[in-house]
Amino acid sequence: MALEEKHKSRYGTFSRRALLLSGGMTAVFGLLAGRLYQLQVLDGDRYLTQAEDNRINLRLLTPPRGRILDRFGTPLANSRRNYRVLMVPEQTRGGVKAALDTLAQVIPLNDRVRARVLKEAVGGKSFLPIVVAENLEWDDFARLNLELPYLPGVQPDVGETRDYPYTEELAHVLGYVAAVSPDDKARDETGDPLLDLPGFRLGKRGIEKTYDEKIRGHAGASRVEVNAYGRVIRELERVPGRSGEDVYLTIDRELQSFMYQRLKDDSAGAAVMDVETGDLLALVSTPGFDPNAFNVGVTPDQWKDLTGNDHKPLVNKALAGFYPPGSTFKTVTALAALEAGVITPDTIFNCSGAFSLGSHAFHCWKKGGHGPVDLRQGLKVSCDCYFYQVALKVGIDALQASARKLGLGAPTGIEIPGERSGFIPTPEWKRKTFKEPWQLGETLVAGIGQGYILTTPLQLCVLAARLAGGMQVNPRLVHSVGAETVARGNPEPLPFAPVSLAAVREAMVATANEPGGTAYAWRITEAPFAMAGKTGTAQVRVISAEERATGIRSNESLPWKLRDHGLFIGFAPADKPRYACAIVIEHGGLNSHPNVQLARDALLLAQKRDILGRRPAYPVTAADARL
Amino acid sequence: MSTHSYSREARIVPIRQKLADIDWVLVGLIGLIASAGFATLYSAAGGSFSPWAGPQMVRFAVGLLLLGAIACVDLRVWMGLAYPAYAVSMVLLVAVEIAGHVGLGAQRWIELGPLQLQPSELMKIALILALARYLHGLEPGAISRPFHLMVAAGMIAAPVVLVLMQPNLGTAMLLALCGGMLLFLAGLSWYWIAPAVGAVAIAASTAWEFVLHDYQKARVMTFLNPDSDALGAGWNITQAKIALGSGGIIGKGFLGGTQSRLNFLPEKQTDFVLPMIGEEFGFLGTVALLGLFAIVIAYGIGIAMRSRSQFGRLLAMGITVNFFLYIMINGLMVMGLIPVVGIPMPLISYGGSAMMTVMFGFGLLMSAHVHRRIDVPRHSSGII
Repeated sequence: MALEEKHKSRYGTFSRRALLLSGGMTAVFGLLAGRLYQLQVLDGDRYLTQAEDNRINLRLLTPPRGRILDRFGTPLANSRRNYRVLMVPEQTRGGVKAALDTLAQVIPLNDRVRARVLKEAVGGKSFLPIVVAENLEWDDFARLNLELPYLPGVQPDVGETRDYPYTEELAHVLGYVAAVSPDDKARDETGDPLLDLPGFRLGKRGIEKTYDEKIRGHAGASRVEVNAYGRVIRELERVPGRSGEDVYLTIDRELQSFMYQRLKDDSAGAAVMDVETGDLLALVSTPGFDPNAFNVGVTPDQWKDLTGNDHKPLVNKALAGFYPPGSTFKTVTALAALEAGVITPDTIFNCSGAFSLGSHAFHCWKKGGHGPVDLRQGLKVSCDCYFYQVALKVGIDALQASARKLGLGAPTGIEIPGERSGFIPTPEWKRKTFKEPWQLGETLVAGIGQGYILTTPLQLCVLAARLAGGMQVNPRLVHSVGAETVARGNPEPLPFAPVSLAAVREAMVATANEPGGTAYAWRITEAPFAMAGKTGTAQVRVISAEERATGIRSNESLPWKLRDHGLFIGFAPADKPRYACAIVIEHGGLNSHPNVQLARDALLLAQKRDILGRRPAYPVTAADARL
Repeated sequence: MSTHSYSREARIVPIRQKLADIDWVLVGLIGLIASAGFATLYSAAGGSFSPWAGPQMVRFAVGLLLLGAIACVDLRVWMGLAYPAYAVSMVLLVAVEIAGHVGLGAQRWIELGPLQLQPSELMKIALILALARYLHGLEPGAISRPFHLMVAAGMIAAPVVLVLMQPNLGTAMLLALCGGMLLFLAGLSWYWIAPAVGAVAIAASTAWEFVLHDYQKARVMTFLNPDSDALGAGWNITQAKIALGSGGIIGKGFLGGTQSRLNFLPEKQTDFVLPMIGEEFGFLGTVALLGLFAIVIAYGIGIAMRSRSQFGRLLAMGITVNFFLYIMINGLMVMGLIPVVGIPMPLISYGGSAMMTVMFGFGLLMSAHVHRRIDVPRHSSGII
């Protein structure tokens, strides 16, 4: 039957094609299985690694920064509680803007803050908290916690921030911390991952910078599982960090504050040092700045005030201020001459008010002169003519060599950055720089601490300490880091004959204790605390012949910038020196001698605090046991 | 044996007999695959029946009833309903197209009370029915005549174009391929097939050169090398591959997939459900699932081969091919072998429409099985 035939042929065609199709389908299944084999069996390990990378995030935990304390354990730099307000956009009701409106009724919020938060909310992920406000007052923070049930999405948070309770007083010693800059990153050799942490603060100056790696501590880490949107699901592992170490300074905070307050309206550098150990009890530079401002970020206005100020608050004048030592240098000239054997303490030179060398007259500060002058008198009345003649006998070579032995012309090696080395001239230097030979007149000028010589207040303090103790002490600020005392060698005796030193010291005692002495008016009257010292005035302008003839104008009548610098080096007690001090007040060479007044008060305070029997808070070592 | 005796016999087959004739092994296999789906959806929700596994089980239960009901309806009834179903589907497709233009947005479904009716899903069944009926009515070999071929091709092209305009590239592809396979099975001459395949190849390359915009090409290039844009367009493919690959040979264990649980794997409960299975059950688990699919397909082919009527054969084969195409396109897509088009994994992926379509299809397949001995008249069902 034809129909049946056709039917069969149709069935045959279908069967053949169905089989063909089955073959195709089998091939596709084979392809799928093959691909699975490739992905799961051959490349499985690689994809497993990628899956783990996907889900596991390493989060760093910032360690608490170590404190900086003074010698009695008073905290100078602290980690303070930082009361913050965070906002999680996705948890707010009615959006971030509405939440800010409600929040503004509880804590103060200005328009700048609102604009920043709104911007961050648009750009960020809605479950990540935004910092709305920091450093809240406790009252505001307490009120916020009370109102919290009505503030969905708002999170109170207690973080940490650096706090310097004595602000300006210790700014130059402590330095400050601030956000990590790209330059810091480039210079960093530690590879510390903390530097990459948002909000991390790095020590930028002073002790904070020098000891940053110790104070900073070590980052902890938390391995967390995150989902595809970066939300933390759970913590897998936590490696706690190590908090930073405390740094104990040799500074006596009360002495430091006292001196700062006295100098704060001036532009000045000053230091008080332990004669035996070199421990700095005070290291002052005025005006200071508020280091707390750098932590949160200095505003452009604040920066303009700091950089535009003619008193240069950002310069640490104690280490980096350059001043001609003036008459304080006469102690060096005297010692050099005694050591060279060109004079004895009894050698007399005459002062007629001026000393002529060739065609040039070198004037004494006292019109009319001092008459016959010996070493003791020369230092006591600070006779220029005496020291012109002494310098002439010593010569520049012996003079500069003695100056260097006493700590001038080279960095003292103090622990904080920014120190400058000062300058002691030599004939070779002059030849090289000016292509001219050294002039004898320049030796005379150097003999009274003028001309090319430049020193820092810290170097002058070292000078005073070395004269007083006869040892090559060097200054230091840091006593111990954590439980570890900073190692320090015992100072060597100075390469000068003790009798020479004694002669200079005796003259310095006379200067501050005998009528006629330049510091007599501001002596310490309580006998056991008596100080010794040497005043100095450094000219910053040229006095013309006409002015000399008509009478030199008093500093008080000159504009601030043209006044002489006022200097003083001293030590106390006079008979058995414990503390040395140096004070330089820029353009402060006034008749009232604020520099000597302050030296008197500071040395008296240091000694009186000493007999109160206060012991340092840090672990006492053999070297400290003498205290 | 005459056609009459078969049809007469069919009329008196009681429902109980029909239920007994259902291939319960195949139903069991389908249930097994669906159960793997429930487990996966349970895991995708982090170990919870809500929001996916529970509703999916309810739908499958409804789907099973539907399967049984459809299986018991005489094949000739389905043949009688073929053209009306096709016509209704076309009308609905046009309706959603117009609705979309009128301003209700790009809509692919029609609300029917609590149910959403996707005309394109309906069309998957209707096109198979209608083509099976049309090809059944032709003399053997007649499909290669231009007129008949044009009619059949038109029946395929009309819904494909409408679905493409939605736009729903995946479903359009599925319809076109499924329709093409039916023409092939009906005996379309190789003289037509060879040039058609060539034409498609030329059209594709021409489109690549002259028609596709740069951004569309970029999309294709992203697919070819997903790592080049791992956080953008390549994200889905990259994460799917990581999920599959990280499962290794034996997988990370039930409820242990990190890619899916932490949401790195997108659409894990719908289109990208296979990588999730791969992640939790590894190569062995995934291949086992593919094996189950292959067995179901083999059953489908067997049912087709045993069908006495051309309508039954084409219907059974159409349903089977459709089922296969789902698996193929979804599998190739999640393994990064073809670009991402929205085609779910049948019986596994979460979604009501697809589940109903697939179960309806299995119902028709089962009906072809139950009524395999029936001789269906050439031009009318004899019942409707």
